[in-house]
Amino acid sequence: MVLIAFGVSRGAHADPLSEDLAGLASVDASDVSAAIVKAADRADPRALPALHALDDGKLRFDALKRLLIQGDGGALRDALTGAAATAQGRLEEPASDNQVRRALSPALASLSLSAPDAKVRLAAAHELGRPSDEIVPVLRKVLVKETNSDVKIAISLALAPADMVSDEPADRIRALEAIRQAADATFKSDVERLLTKGEDGKFVEPDASVRAAAKAAVSSIETRQFLINSVANTFYGLSLGSVLILCALGLAITFGLMRVINMAHGEMMMIGAYTSFVVQNFFIAHLSSHLDWYIAVAVPAAFVVSGAVGVLMERAVIRHLYGRPLETLLATWGISLLLIQTVRLIFGAQNVTVANPSWLSGGVEILPEVVLTYSRLAVIAFSIVVMLFVWALMQKTRLGLEVRAVTQNREMAAAMGISTRRVDMWTFGIGSGVAGLGGVALSQLGNVGPELGQGYIVDSFMVVVLGGVGKLAGTIVGGLGLGLVNKYLEPISGAVLGKIFILGFIIVFIQRRPQGIFALKGRAAEGM
Amino acid sequence: MIAEPVVGLKALHSKRGWTGVGVAVFVMAILVPVLSLGVPSSSALHLPDYLIALLGKFLCYGIVALAIDLIWGFTGILSLGHGVFFALGGYAMGMYLMLSIGAQGVYKSALPDFMVFLDWHELPWFWRGFNNLSVALTAALVVPGLLAFGFGYFAFRSRIRGVYFSIITQALTYALMLLFFRNETGFGGNNGLTDFKSLYGYDLHQPSTKVALYVLSALALLLTYLLCRFIVTSKAGRVLRAIRDVESRAMFVGFNPTNYKLFAWTLSAVLCGLAGALYVPQVGIINPGEMQPANSIEMAIWVAVGGRATLFGAILGAFLVNGMRSFFTAAMPNAWLYILGSLFIAVTLFFPDGVAGALGRLKRKS
Repeated sequence: MVLIAFGVSRGAHADPLSEDLAGLASVDASDVSAAIVKAADRADPRALPALHALDDGKLRFDALKRLLIQGDGGALRDALTGAAATAQGRLEEPASDNQVRRALSPALASLSLSAPDAKVRLAAAHELGRPSDEIVPVLRKVLVKETNSDVKIAISLALAPADMVSDEPADRIRALEAIRQAADATFKSDVERLLTKGEDGKFVEPDASVRAAAKAAVSSIETRQFLINSVANTFYGLSLGSVLILCALGLAITFGLMRVINMAHGEMMMIGAYTSFVVQNFFIAHLSSHLDWYIAVAVPAAFVVSGAVGVLMERAVIRHLYGRPLETLLATWGISLLLIQTVRLIFGAQNVTVANPSWLSGGVEILPEVVLTYSRLAVIAFSIVVMLFVWALMQKTRLGLEVRAVTQNREMAAAMGISTRRVDMWTFGIGSGVAGLGGVALSQLGNVGPELGQGYIVDSFMVVVLGGVGKLAGTIVGGLGLGLVNKYLEPISGAVLGKIFILGFIIVFIQRRPQGIFALKGRAAEGM
Repeated sequence: MIAEPVVGLKALHSKRGWTGVGVAVFVMAILVPVLSLGVPSSSALHLPDYLIALLGKFLCYGIVALAIDLIWGFTGILSLGHGVFFALGGYAMGMYLMLSIGAQGVYKSALPDFMVFLDWHELPWFWRGFNNLSVALTAALVVPGLLAFGFGYFAFRSRIRGVYFSIITQALTYALMLLFFRNETGFGGNNGLTDFKSLYGYDLHQPSTKVALYVLSALALLLTYLLCRFIVTSKAGRVLRAIRDVESRAMFVGFNPTNYKLFAWTLSAVLCGLAGALYVPQVGIINPGEMQPANSIEMAIWVAVGGRATLFGAILGAFLVNGMRSFFTAAMPNAWLYILGSLFIAVTLFFPDGVAGALGRLKRKS
């Protein structure tokens, strides 16, 4: 008692808060909890550092009963002023038991929610989580005084689990209103339960106005989820579409040019992906300090390797099958089997991982729960660059002019002195190279396996069918359209049914418009 | 455009041609069963059960090859989706076999095991009636036929041809494969239909049942061969070949290519359904893997290897390629894809008329 009297007399000339807190400097739990309650009633946020420190077990007091906070390095600060301090005599820890902790959590909540700055209050309200029974009455009190609407919603939301089961309809409506405004999906099933009928045929929620509020809350949650899903689906659809475009570009050009379908085109992607795997491993082994930039080498390497395989294929096989498109189809299928098996024997049947460079890992969160990963953003940007490259190649170069001429009318182009064989070879090489670039993009999005290309071959044919042959714009529209529709349908009908719908649609579409969305103009093109 | 085959159809009409058919029928339909059942298993001449099962499979593949030869070799339409018709026929038979298991399944329920597993309490509507063999057999022919008719009607009417047609048939089999992979579709999903016990009361594991199925397949192959032969040598067969060679000219002469193509296409699908229905009880399983696009493409290569537009070449090709497959996947599994891939390339580059063509050339030289 003498000690306490001493403390009080010491604080008599100080401000009332330090008088309240003086009780914390005690090893007696009842003293400590009494001091906490007093501090909470005064509602002065300056008490917060001391109480937080007590909560964290960092509050100390010295022989002079001064409250000190021990930092991580052992440095001491005054609990009220925050000024650096040195201890006089032995440091002691205030009592801390269940009684103290029970008093502490409501005090902390009410104090942090009474800060003068609305931002601080909002942050505190967001940190409330699911409040324990002691805090609920405190929050109710704070809510009445609160003026800022955001903080109000946040506090009501924290109270919602308690309010939802409250006997007062007004409490329940308030909770539902907060849920509606916050559109918090975590409450969705709880709210929906109110709208169901129990076994006795009556609504779980007897009050009609509460049910109306619940309906509004559910629809608000659903609207928000729809928004989030739309953004996410658009993003995933765009990145999938980008990969499809990279794969379909080469296919569309070569199909337009030679009227042959290259069933090994997917394997060109696979080769591109494995090239980036090899480049990555080379960097790990020899240039590990520049590992982040392996991708800058992988891109040209994949283009060259896939392009070379394409040229080889054209020279060795496809050239000899000119004018026999069905045989070409079978022969290129054989080539794809050879390529798959070769890769399987070299690298094993297991998938390999191509790691993202560190500057491509992570992402930007544009909405809560919607993260745009940098790797997918990079794939979209990359495919735009490749599209520009192909466009420039087709429109601005001599080779592009020749390709367009041969696509429109092979005999006429040959009569004008264009070496159609040479054009075929280069176009095939470039188309394969672009597919290799698609493989690099794919390696950044997922695992790389020998059968990587097989999964894309049907889809990229669909892009070609949809977009029409030999038209860059058609391929882009077809690829993006297919990617987006795929991702939009997935949540509605499941991934598999979505795919079946799309294939069904394309089968019907090609019946109505065999030349694709964008038809080539030209006499020879009409005869297909 | 495909040159008229070196082995003309006329050769098959000669006495020697018919003798060849007779010898083949004798060996496959009489000698093999006798060697299997009639010869004691200690004898060196005895044919083991696995060989009967293998040959039975090949006979079904032979029917598929004939069906593809009809539509590709004679009509010039390359289908990359015939596996779907084969699998549908197989599923129809599989559904009958599944229901004849009765309550002997793992869960001792009258429903097929996978339905119990999915917590279904009654048969879906499309399973009703399949406990009757004749219904199942009819479905095995009609369902692929209807699918092919509907698909072909729209495709041929819009004059989709060449690689475009091939690609959308591939999309068709791919889409149906995805559909059948779903558990909710009601055909056993990933695992398909399996664990069959008996067919029309006969135990499927008995050697005699196996031989009986084998003989049935051999007879089906023979009938299919005769039917195809009848069609390609008829006037309609000439029109089909005219369409294959120059479609526009056939049209201007006054034939409607759409009808002829639709006929050949639908018949081809029905034959595949028949093959599938005979195939499933012999191998004991049908699953969506049969609808993989790769399977359908391989079917085309059987015909290409054997020689297109020769009918017997198609059967030969089916036996050759599948014999090689059986041998190499067991003996050198890593080499098989190389061999198959090279086969695709070599046949298209160097032997466009296949084994039958090579045989024909040999004969003419001598």
